[in-house]
Amino acid sequence: MSQPPLSDRWLGLRSWGLPGPFPHRVLTLLGRPELDLARDHKVLAIGAGRSYGDVGLNAGGIAIDSRLNDRLLGFDEATGILDCEAGVTLDTIVRVMLPRGWFPMVVPGTRFVTVGGMIANDVHGKNHHTAGSFGNHVVSLTLMSSDGAVVDCSRDHESARFRATIGGLGLTGLILSARVRLRRVVSAWMMARCRRFAGLDAFFELEREAADRYEYTVAWLDCPSAARGPVRGIHFAANHASTAQLGERPPAPPPGKPRWIPYGLPFSVVNAVSTRMLNQAYWLAHGPSEGLQPIYPFFWPLDGIAEWNRFYGARGFYQFQCVLPPEAEQAGLAELLRTCGDAGQGATLSVLKRFGTVAAEGLLSFPRPGSTFALDLPNLGERTRRLLAALEAIVLGVGGAVYPAKDANMSRALFERAFPGLDEFLSHRDAAFESSLWRRLFGTGP
Amino acid sequence: MSRRIVIVGATSRIAECCARLWAAQGAEFLLLGRDATRLEQVAADLRVRGGQCETRVFDAGCAPDVEGLVDGAYAWRDAIDLLLIAHGTMPPQERAQQDLGLARQVLEINGVSVCLIAEAFAGRMLARGAGTLAIIGSVAGDRGRQSNYLYGAAKGLVARYAEGLRHRLHGTGVSVVLIKPGPTETPMTVGADIGPVTLAQPEDVAHEIVRGIDAGRRTIYCPAKWRWIMALIRHVPERLFLRWRI
Ligand SMILES: Cc1cc2nc3c(=O)[nH]c(=O)nc-3n(C[C@H](O)[C@H](O)[C@H](O)COP(=O)(O)OP(=O)(O)OC[C@H]3O[C@@H](n4cnc5c(N)ncnc54)[C@H](O)[C@@H]3O)c2cc1C
Ligand SMILES: NC(=O)c1ccc[n+]([C@@H]2O[C@H](COP(=O)([O-])OP(=O)(O)OC[C@H]3O[C@@H](n4cnc5c(N)ncnc54)[C@H](OP(=O)(O)O)[C@@H]3O)[C@@H](O)[C@H]2O)c1
Repeated sequence: MSQPPLSDRWLGLRSWGLPGPFPHRVLTLLGRPELDLARDHKVLAIGAGRSYGDVGLNAGGIAIDSRLNDRLLGFDEATGILDCEAGVTLDTIVRVMLPRGWFPMVVPGTRFVTVGGMIANDVHGKNHHTAGSFGNHVVSLTLMSSDGAVVDCSRDHESARFRATIGGLGLTGLILSARVRLRRVVSAWMMARCRRFAGLDAFFELEREAADRYEYTVAWLDCPSAARGPVRGIHFAANHASTAQLGERPPAPPPGKPRWIPYGLPFSVVNAVSTRMLNQAYWLAHGPSEGLQPIYPFFWPLDGIAEWNRFYGARGFYQFQCVLPPEAEQAGLAELLRTCGDAGQGATLSVLKRFGTVAAEGLLSFPRPGSTFALDLPNLGERTRRLLAALEAIVLGVGGAVYPAKDANMSRALFERAFPGLDEFLSHRDAAFESSLWRRLFGTGP
Repeated sequence: MSRRIVIVGATSRIAECCARLWAAQGAEFLLLGRDATRLEQVAADLRVRGGQCETRVFDAGCAPDVEGLVDGAYAWRDAIDLLLIAHGTMPPQERAQQDLGLARQVLEINGVSVCLIAEAFAGRMLARGAGTLAIIGSVAGDRGRQSNYLYGAAKGLVARYAEGLRHRLHGTGVSVVLIKPGPTETPMTVGADIGPVTLAQPEDVAHEIVRGIDAGRRTIYCPAKWRWIMALIRHVPERLFLRWRI
């Protein structure tokens, strides 16, 4: 059944990091839309707006908001396959399915993302080394192109379109629904281990040692500490808790309600001093330990503070996330840290993880073997952009990639080098779909 | 035993969000609405969330068959624990001012049909001495204002009706809950010009409705702040109020 948009109006939209607002003609949809877009209309589907940079923006163009299309369409207990509309959030999936003992195969660091958004960026989680990324667990998806045609794509049917859409940055059409695989878990608890380390060698040793025994691993880095000696950090490793480990605890602790921060701080409270204090506090709070932890704070610690991005004030912030190939990861990371240290502008959250070797499904998927490193940088204007360019040069030099979901600064040269599937992707792109990121990289072509 | 719930206007976003919460508790639903396809989508979602559902087409416009609706509901289950009346329509007021046919629809769908449906169910619930009638009114029914008085008048009718019905049913075991949402982000408001207020999220509104019904509240303002805002607005002297452009 096709329907005209519920509403059609100009609104200012923001991404998670960029201050904006950016003007968009927002079409709000319900059900299967009537899409009949003249070729010169530039449209983009938008999800929950949790991408940091401009991949989820189409400034000056049309944004298709399908957040009202958030219905769970069916769940098959035998296979664990959930059929849902693209506007369904990860939060919904977890709240509905976890109490019944099901959990997504891959989850990113926030629950407030949509299925459409997770597919379009082929998101990864702390279990990349065992499970690959989200796209590896998408069984099929329904895609609508700008001429209104609707196709079901999977590995067996329209497989090229399927591979272009996973990690396809929203540029192959509008995802209406998808079937995704869930897994069984016995409870909503994690058995988590926490270890302090000093120096990158120690980090790699911990990752190597944990990789076979733990499904989930990740490390936090105290970037400012690199200026004083070997960089210190905390390594987390975890598995879903077993029934025996659970003991008397209730199997499903509730998620808790997010706390809000004051609306629209005019200035940033994040600076070199406050980030050093924050990193120090984090370090002190995480001594070596091993024990049960509820699933919500383990996977989504930041979701406990609604809209924490406002701490960065009106100018917003950048996140830089890259992956460095195995042969260059150690030297490359050291160089990234040195460059950050020299710039001395403070970084709040730095995360480091080794990706595994599961091949990503998408033509433009970001995850690949090597180390992925992410850090948040308050936007100090030209100075921050210079730092980003310097970091990018290091990534380019070692043959790495920058993550489009986080990016607002990457150059065309790096994109073309880092995503060798680009040429094949272009033949499946829907020409009516375009994003601010795409125009930044390629102008109005290719 | 699982709760037996009838929802009229089950495709309404607010009603759907309430139903999702009840589905998680394993409720049984009879879902009524005017669009069979959309009803089926709502039902599919509620089933995945743990509810059992049947759907029926019902149009509240032009002389609706209310007896048929109630008979059908009691053919579905011989007792009903909760009725939620949620349907409503809010076209731009200027259009209704120029088109009496549309004005009639606004009054009938939001006002008359709601009272008749509640009235018919009240009799059946009374016979059993149990049940809850939950009716969605609106803060717009608390005071007439130029920009939305036809819709507001119909919601005002519902408020006065609920007050009287509650009086009649007092002490019988049947309760009447009047729900007054403030402006909420749903298909009804997404295209409408509702002025410089921030829209509440339907999920939050639904939580307050579900909690309020369970707590046995008579009137639920959601979000709760609207109780105080409307108390103030109701008490502004008309001499002043007439000069406001709201
Ligand atoms: C606190 C935080 C932690 C994060 N942690 C991680 C992490 O651990 N790993 C990781 O990989 N990412 C992570 N991210 C990034 C986030 O997971 C991705 O940016 C994700 O794509 C956001 O989804 P969204 O629903 O908000 O989509 P948006 O940001 O709104 O859009 C993202 C892309 O999806 C496309 N899209 C959305 N809906 C559709 C549709 N229906 N059809 C076609 N295209 C569509 C858009 O066009 C756009 O290209 C994190 C983000 C935050 C804020
Ligand atoms: N949103 C607000 O700001 C707000 C504020 C106060 C009160 N309310 C009230 O809340 C209730 C729910 O509205 P909502 O906000 O959830 O909006 P909504 O999603 O637009 O729901 C309106 C519902 O009414 C149904 N409806 C309209 N005309 C009908 C008819 N002739 N017969 C049968 N059903 C009909 C619609 O059916 P279709 O799906 O087939 O269109 C839809 O299910 C309404 O009573 C509304 O007046 C809303």
